[in-house]
Amino acid sequence: MEELLKVTGLSKHFGGLAAVSGINMEINRGELIGLIGPNGAGKTTFFNLLTGVYEPSEGLIELTVDGKKQQIGGLKPYKITSLGLARTFQNIRLFKSMTVLENVKLAMHKNAGYGVFSALLRTSKYYNAERWIEEKACEYLSEVGLYRKRNELATNLPYGEQRRLEIARALAAQPTILFLDEPAAGMNPQETDELTALIRHLRDKYNLTIVLIEHDMSLVMNLCERIFVLNYGQLIASGTPEEIQNNEFVISAYLGEEV
Amino acid sequence: MAKQVLSKANMIWSGLILALFLIVWVLMGAGIINSYYESTIFTICFNIILAVSLNLIVGICGQFSLGHAGFMAIGAYSAGIVTKMIPNLGGLLLGILIGFAISAIAALIVSIPTLRLRGDYLAIATLGFAEIIRICIQNMKITNGAAGLMGIPKLTTWPLLFFAVVISIVVCTNFVRSAPGRACIAINDDEIAAEAMGVNTTKYKVMAFVIGAILASLAGSLFANYFYVLNPNQFTFNKSIDILVIVVFGGMGSMSASVIAAIAIGLLNMWLQQFTDLRMIIYGAALVLMMIFRPQGILGTWELSIERFLKNRKLKKERA
Ligand SMILES: Nc1ncnc2c1ncn2[C@@H]1O[C@H](COP(=O)(O)OP(=O)(O)OP(=O)(O)O)[C@@H](O)[C@H]1O
Ligand SMILES: [Mg+2]
Repeated sequence: MEELLKVTGLSKHFGGLAAVSGINMEINRGELIGLIGPNGAGKTTFFNLLTGVYEPSEGLIELTVDGKKQQIGGLKPYKITSLGLARTFQNIRLFKSMTVLENVKLAMHKNAGYGVFSALLRTSKYYNAERWIEEKACEYLSEVGLYRKRNELATNLPYGEQRRLEIARALAAQPTILFLDEPAAGMNPQETDELTALIRHLRDKYNLTIVLIEHDMSLVMNLCERIFVLNYGQLIASGTPEEIQNNEFVISAYLGEEV
Repeated sequence: MAKQVLSKANMIWSGLILALFLIVWVLMGAGIINSYYESTIFTICFNIILAVSLNLIVGICGQFSLGHAGFMAIGAYSAGIVTKMIPNLGGLLLGILIGFAISAIAALIVSIPTLRLRGDYLAIATLGFAEIIRICIQNMKITNGAAGLMGIPKLTTWPLLFFAVVISIVVCTNFVRSAPGRACIAINDDEIAAEAMGVNTTKYKVMAFVIGAILASLAGSLFANYFYVLNPNQFTFNKSIDILVIVVFGGMGSMSASVIAAIAIGLLNMWLQQFTDLRMIIYGAALVLMMIFRPQGILGTWELSIERFLKNRKLKKERA
């Protein structure tokens, strides 16, 4: 097993509030990881630290790129993305003036393969690259079942489809590790089941490592191979779904007695 | 590549553009378009270049710039000074290129520090920048201070100006429909998401700003070599606002809208010329009404597209 991401002593303070404090975590290539915890536990903040939206107050984030470890904490988000991280957003952030297809095309930005001069002069490089981008973008849309809606405005899609478009867009950034922030929020049970199958399929097809935040426990327990539990910014448990379901701390902090 | 360039839509566009060019040229030659109408047409053309280039910055990339007149002034004085020394087309070309270089450098200096910040810093910085340019021009010897330049050779001809307008529009539309253009639109829609998708936001904001500045400088150079005289008062804050009004009226983000609005406002100005004061009131009122009832501009983000027209017609035929 190859270690892909290593987090050491990661903290983020907002004024007096320690939204994330002293988290250590190791993630191996190809794993499907769940991150759970009550509202306000710091899950999204943790994602924001890993993807560069926030700068860590303390701690290290090391990503293995081409066999070498690289510190990515505090880098700009676009640099982190170019090193192989991609994400979706809990509060959907699609590009509202763009169509479904354009949203995905945008995410292929770093691999566009032509510069501004080719664009202005419309060289053959431009046409070839644009054709490739279009084909690839359509492929990602087919994966999430949105190909037929490619020419609609992204914001006209129903909620569940917007979430899947967020996934297609993140895929288009061609990541090695994908972060999904509550991908099933607002979905009905049938959509959630489809999503579970989709996430598993994408992991296998694109050799992804996936970390997802979710409140839907059946999805998490079904899908994830390892689970981390956050509470008040701290990591209170980690382990397989069975271990987590039987962990006393987790039951009292989050899951409740019935589970 | 030849296939894509010689597409049906591109051929129709070229035909229409050539026809428009020839019609106006013939009418000018025949004296049907007299020098009064000619100056209106030329002014409209300058404004088209200024508006599409400002639209690239404000409408496409979402960066509020209030300093477009500053870049226009740089181009105008560069060409004005050079063509007074070398009064031929070579001199004009040199003047234009010098204008490009100075405005690109100035654009970099203004934008790199301010575009890193979010919010309206750019609006304030560009406003200040344009004022600094104007005050420099007012106090420099080479620009002949407040008195301005006179006797600039009239080198801007209809073919030259028309060519410049077409190039400017092509540059802006090609930019918008490319990966860098998509990046700018994404920044305008949601900067955090754009950055998370791998877009170096500062780089693309600066890119749009510099391209816009260079085109404004081009408009300035051609302007200087049409009206004989230049003085710093032609490039005040009001000029920047005039251009912004065209962009906002037409629709932010639509190049066709900027072109149509530049033409419409140009014609209105001609008819309302006697009523200078009234004109400003009408524009002010229209702008306020617009912000209330149609903030996206008259045409919104709609684009004139022959390709779409051909597609729709084909679909209709297939259905019939
Ligand atoms: N930019 C910010 N400034 C100040 N406080 C913040 C900021 N972002 C998050 N917080 C605080 O940090 C804490 C953790 O928030 P976070 O969004 O990470 O929680 P979460 O685990 O994702 O919760 P949820 O399940 O509701 O999405 C919360 O108390 C929140 O109010
Ligand atoms: Mg959250």
